[in-house]
Amino acid sequence: MKVTINKREHELPTGATVADAVAAIEARPPFAAAVNTQFVPKAQYPRHVLKDGDRVEIISPVTGG
Amino acid sequence: MSMNTSHDPLVLYGETFHSRLLLGTSRYPSPAVLEAAVKLAKPAMLTASLRRQGAVPHEAGNQFWEMLKALKVPVLPNTAGCHSVQEVITTAQMAREVFETPWIKLELIGDDYTLQPDTLNLVEAADKLIKDGFKVLPYTTEDLVLCQRLVDVGCQAVMPWAAPIGTGKGPVNPYAMRMLRERLAVPMIVDAGLGKPSHACSVMEWGYDGVLLNTAVALAQDPVAMAGAFASATQAGRDAWRSGAMSEQDAAQPSTPVLGTPFWHHA
Repeated sequence: MKVTINKREHELPTGATVADAVAAIEARPPFAAAVNTQFVPKAQYPRHVLKDGDRVEIISPVTGG
Repeated sequence: MSMNTSHDPLVLYGETFHSRLLLGTSRYPSPAVLEAAVKLAKPAMLTASLRRQGAVPHEAGNQFWEMLKALKVPVLPNTAGCHSVQEVITTAQMAREVFETPWIKLELIGDDYTLQPDTLNLVEAADKLIKDGFKVLPYTTEDLVLCQRLVDVGCQAVMPWAAPIGTGKGPVNPYAMRMLRERLAVPMIVDAGLGKPSHACSVMEWGYDGVLLNTAVALAQDPVAMAGAFASATQAGRDAWRSGAMSEQDAAQPSTPVLGTPFWHHA
């Protein structure tokens, strides 16, 4: 299935979770994640199963005003 | 710095801060300059943000994150760039997990050119964040009724702009800002649009409780010295407000005693 992670399309196996999405882009801590603009707490990564077409955002701290 | 500081702390949501300057972390010439500016100005809080991993290449390796931890200044994450209530909520929840803090600077942008807050949806966003346990500092216009509504839904402080973000214009609507200060009792921090220490000093003289700025320091030729200048000006304005300024007079009055003036009326 196709899942968009940080605006880029990735091919993930059916049943893949947020934990797999994090691994697919080799995300470096610290980061947080959202799926389809809903926050997903870290503890739920291995349980949150993704669907075809899901949009995953993995974000990290940057400078800000 | 003033001897008054320790007896006159800034209190937000029951937490005490020994500075009335909140500093942004963006647009500095280098991380080392940012670090030096923070060490000199000793701000109450440092703002930070969240972006897609890998989207900001020069921050790769998360040098910024390591510096933030080492500086030991409370972090105020923002929701910069959010254009809907849902985006705000999700960004705030992600920020709470990453930065391990309930503080959030609520930014909900309604117009990309002026970066004016979305005044029609700001209250709903604040309400939802407060109910979710956040300590919300909303970036808002200087509109009195809007600020009152933000307080009504539980904001224990509000942050009106002086001018659009990054313009450095200083307060463009002093009348409204002074009226707002008079009408609202909660702590108010002037956020955005300040360009010079005199701007910070002015709003503090009007009774504002703090200032939040970034560009005015980061884009100064010497950001470290400017950070110190803003810290001093902010405290000076606060001390002036607490001291009670004299009222303005139209006629001159000599400050030196007239009695015993030599040659008085000899001519």
